[in-house]
Amino acid sequence: MGNYILRRLFGIIPLLLGISIITFSVIHLAPGKPTDLQTQLNPKISQQTRARLEKLYGLDKPLYVQYAAWLKRIVRLDFGTSFIDHRSVRSKIRETLPITLMINVLSILFILLIAIPVGIASATKRNSWFDRFSTVFVFVGFSMPSFWLAMLLIMLFSIKLGWLPISGLHSMNYDQMSHFQRLTDFGRHIIMPVFIGIFGGIAGMSRYMRSNMLEVLNQDYIRTARAKGLSEFKVVYKHALKNAVIPLITILGLSVPGLIGGSVIIETIFAIPGMGRLFFQSAMSRDYPAIMGILTIGAVLTLVGNLLADICYGIADPRIKYEKK
Amino acid sequence: MKKNKLALFGIIIILTMFFAGIFAPVLSPYDPNKIDVDAIFQKPFQNNHILGTDELGRDVLSRIIWGARISIKVGFVATGISIIIGILIGSIAGYYGRKVDSALMRFVDIMLCFPSFFLILSIVAITKPCITNVMIIIGLTSWMGIARLVRGEFLTLKEREFTQAAKIMGASNMRIIFRHILPNAMAPIYVAATFGIAGAILTESALSFLGLGVQPPTPSWGNLLSIGKSTMEFAWWIALFPGLAIFITVLSYNLLGEGLRDILDPKTYIEV
Repeated sequence: MGNYILRRLFGIIPLLLGISIITFSVIHLAPGKPTDLQTQLNPKISQQTRARLEKLYGLDKPLYVQYAAWLKRIVRLDFGTSFIDHRSVRSKIRETLPITLMINVLSILFILLIAIPVGIASATKRNSWFDRFSTVFVFVGFSMPSFWLAMLLIMLFSIKLGWLPISGLHSMNYDQMSHFQRLTDFGRHIIMPVFIGIFGGIAGMSRYMRSNMLEVLNQDYIRTARAKGLSEFKVVYKHALKNAVIPLITILGLSVPGLIGGSVIIETIFAIPGMGRLFFQSAMSRDYPAIMGILTIGAVLTLVGNLLADICYGIADPRIKYEKK
Repeated sequence: MKKNKLALFGIIIILTMFFAGIFAPVLSPYDPNKIDVDAIFQKPFQNNHILGTDELGRDVLSRIIWGARISIKVGFVATGISIIIGILIGSIAGYYGRKVDSALMRFVDIMLCFPSFFLILSIVAITKPCITNVMIIIGLTSWMGIARLVRGEFLTLKEREFTQAAKIMGASNMRIIFRHILPNAMAPIYVAATFGIAGAILTESALSFLGLGVQPPTPSWGNLLSIGKSTMEFAWWIALFPGLAIFITVLSYNLLGEGLRDILDPKTYIEV
């Protein structure tokens, strides 16, 4: 197993280098290059901003020197200081990232908790009304603009009914609450953002679960299990389930970038002080160091998510780790 | 059979949107940018404004009709760009194989590391938010799935007899790729393109909603909703109808894509 993990770890080094090259080229789209004539014509970029950009990225030096400097800095996760409040981008990310991660981990848990039973139910009772309903839900889930769904929920539950708070993570009087009150207060704030985050995910994941389950139920070993007289419950939940769940690990790994990207919209709408909202604010104010920092962290998080999925897959399915490269 | 009905529903809605977009100047009851201070925040289904008016008294229905143009344009241009890049990279990787293949596929892996909405938002913010940039950037960041798909098709098709025959007859590599193999690999590309249009429309509306896409006063469904968000406490109709337009349009492309998959690509389709 250790060998397998090591091999995977080495495999991400070229990907990390690739990420650094792409983020490096994104900076070079920015106006402010010494050679860029447009800079003079672009009123949005002040002389001062341009000077800071040049200094930060060494834009007057040859390209390979610039890239080496960029690589050296992102290895240390040093993204410079924000143009807006002159604080280090790294500490801004460190403050906001845990909130985004917490919401996404909660979302993943709920996606699995809901999608797996739904997928099993529609696979075992194919063409029932439940299966038909969940098929419709899949299309609705894939087609729903998350920001619009968020607005509809806010209009219904916050404005019309007044049941849930519109924004933020805590109420004003959070400090005076008991532990239990804090928990319910937090729950009331988090329920709509998490619901929006998992809406599309449940659609996709329950679909995968359904088709995995259908495939597994057609296997010979399931016929064997039935032939030896096992109850249908045991066949489905003991023999089939294990094999149908394993491929979900990969899908889960693949859904990480979507969840992280989606946090921009959700956190902006609900005014949650996470990394997604920080990214939106940085983009609106053209805070290049913050944009580059969050872009890099987002890609690295995706990479880590995929790596974890690979390792879990290796643990869950022993055939994988013996596979030679 | 039931699925084909759903796909038909999708086609009808898509054609309706095309019709609305093309004939927007004739169909829309008002000039979409006409400000009418006497008629601000009029409720829908009353007076002359069927879907109500916004904070400047502009007719919501007219703005939605004109917004269809933006969605159609972004959906098709962005998907067109992503298909061209995806076909080029996928076919070269699949046809030439070996080092070319592994280099190009590593590039695809790296691009897939970026949460695509992050990448799009960064580039839009750093360059300039406008419809042309949005279309190009969505196209440049969404070709990876198609490249993988095309590569997979090429890997199997290049071993087939007709490819061998073309080679023996002395056809050039380019001719084999584009005249012999590619036409046989198109079916899954059409399916992916249809889903791609749905995705591009969603992405554009999200960007415009955040204020980083199509800039007002040009009406797009996304930036209509961002007005809706700031006024939703009393003007629910501005928050409701443009979103409904996005949802139904995206749903239609997804239903059409699913229908196409049944017809064109029965082998990847698990019986429902």
